[in-house]
Amino acid sequence: MIATPVWVQVVYLAAAVCFILALKGLSSPRHARAGNLVGAVGAVVAVVVVFFYAELDHLIPILVAIALGTVVGVVGAQRVQMTQMPQLVALFNGVGGGAAALVALLELSEAAGDPAAAQPGAFALAATAFTILVGSVSFSGSMVTFAKLQELMTSRPVLFPGLPILFGGSLLVALVLGVLTVTSTTIWVGIVLALVGLGLGVLLVLPVGGADVPIVISLLNAFTGLTVAAGGYVLGNTVLLVAGTLVGAAGSFLTKLMAAAMGRSIANILFGALKGGSTLGAGEASDRPVRSAGPEDVAILLGYAHKVIIVPGYGLAVAQAQHTLRELVDVLSARGVTIDYAIHPVAGRMPGHMNVLLAEAQVPYEQLKEMDDINGEFKQTDVVLVVGANDVVNPAAKTTPGAPIYGMPILNADEAQQVVFLKRSMRPGFAGIENELLFDPRTTLLFGDAKDTLGKLLSAVKTL
Amino acid sequence: MSEPVVWLTIFILSVFVGIEVISKVSSTLHTPLMSGANAIHGIILLGAILVTGYAESTTALVVGLVAVVLASVNMVGGFVVTDRMLQMFRPRKTTREDVNQ
Repeated sequence: MIATPVWVQVVYLAAAVCFILALKGLSSPRHARAGNLVGAVGAVVAVVVVFFYAELDHLIPILVAIALGTVVGVVGAQRVQMTQMPQLVALFNGVGGGAAALVALLELSEAAGDPAAAQPGAFALAATAFTILVGSVSFSGSMVTFAKLQELMTSRPVLFPGLPILFGGSLLVALVLGVLTVTSTTIWVGIVLALVGLGLGVLLVLPVGGADVPIVISLLNAFTGLTVAAGGYVLGNTVLLVAGTLVGAAGSFLTKLMAAAMGRSIANILFGALKGGSTLGAGEASDRPVRSAGPEDVAILLGYAHKVIIVPGYGLAVAQAQHTLRELVDVLSARGVTIDYAIHPVAGRMPGHMNVLLAEAQVPYEQLKEMDDINGEFKQTDVVLVVGANDVVNPAAKTTPGAPIYGMPILNADEAQQVVFLKRSMRPGFAGIENELLFDPRTTLLFGDAKDTLGKLLSAVKTL
Repeated sequence: MSEPVVWLTIFILSVFVGIEVISKVSSTLHTPLMSGANAIHGIILLGAILVTGYAESTTALVVGLVAVVLASVNMVGGFVVTDRMLQMFRPRKTTREDVNQ
């Protein structure tokens, strides 16, 4: 490998600055899109520059591979439904981690296969082992989160006896293999290390329950960042080191923020199920009596209210009913009803997911109120309309220690005069626990597909 | 400074920058931010291209090419999907104009 010329290093520095600006931009609503573009430009420039100085062989196959990956990435990114966004991010993250692990394996095989060449130092070998291990963890972990979110497998925590011992044992084996990589530098140690990493990733994510999966995606995202940083050290490449570290640090901090929004600690999310605490949910429909009504009754309730708050959830998005909901809100507003949307930080499948879904339906940004801003207003609210949400208004988060969602801040829908739930069935929400609010005497249930029901509500309100 | 210390310096400073730049993000933007950060680590593509370009055996070449494909999916797909999410956050006026066009 030839040395990196100074002008290339300067370009790498510029790319690193682009990435910092990208993250900065992505943290503010006004500059987010520009920030993302700046990041993309930095990445493309850094990649293009390689071809001009590195005197690479196999140019045609490499370019074909890039073209193939680009097509897959673009098509995947454009075809995906907004509701399936979290899965796609998990998938992209996983393949990034896998790529980093493969790069490190190749570096190791080069060092192992040519003892005459200058050998990497102990630090570089340790970084190689780290990249192989954590990259594999990130790859397999992301694939399991993908399967959970795509409902290819159960989204409930998967536990089996001996899981903690197996996990601990594998971790120990990985540590030993890591040391072996440094001392003996053989490719087989690296390959076994990668396999152990794949196993560890699966074991890490299996016990995580549905509602916590997005936080694990964020954590694995940070893992991949650190992997890329270590890979940068191995290859002697500054832009990889800086970009990877930025993502590792920002990703870890973001994971902490997300966990805090759910009132959980990261340790609790990862290992809570192992202690038995978070498997309380039965995941079955209850047959306790509830009060249900027809669209006409609910239309009267809404049409003559002064203040209504709408709590949208994932069910709304799945039914693709955002547009119908917005129409209903427009008609009610025209009647003089004050309406806001209360957005729980983790409404949908990921923090901020619901904002994306409602923005897609062109709901004005100003009508979306964050939890802390609106929670005081529920007491003066006539009707709360909960559309396809459940866990985010479940009072068990405040009242039932031991419930999987205990401690999660919720929307205080239970303080309103009336609560109306639009639901498909009595099945519990993503967290798999029953919601006491459904059985409250002030609560009315309107069963049916969200889009269908909202359509009926809309025409009923129009005839008032 | 010895070289490992230079690298360590870059690493530590980047950690602080990484935390600092996103410390004030609102929960509304958590998802796009995660997705954007995800795209940035797709820069591993650069590493994948380098190792593949110097591959000396067929096995190494094939493994390298797989890494290149995976990394480009991560990088390109990541930026495109983030942009798609952020398109939704445009002010209402712009959206209406687009509809009329």
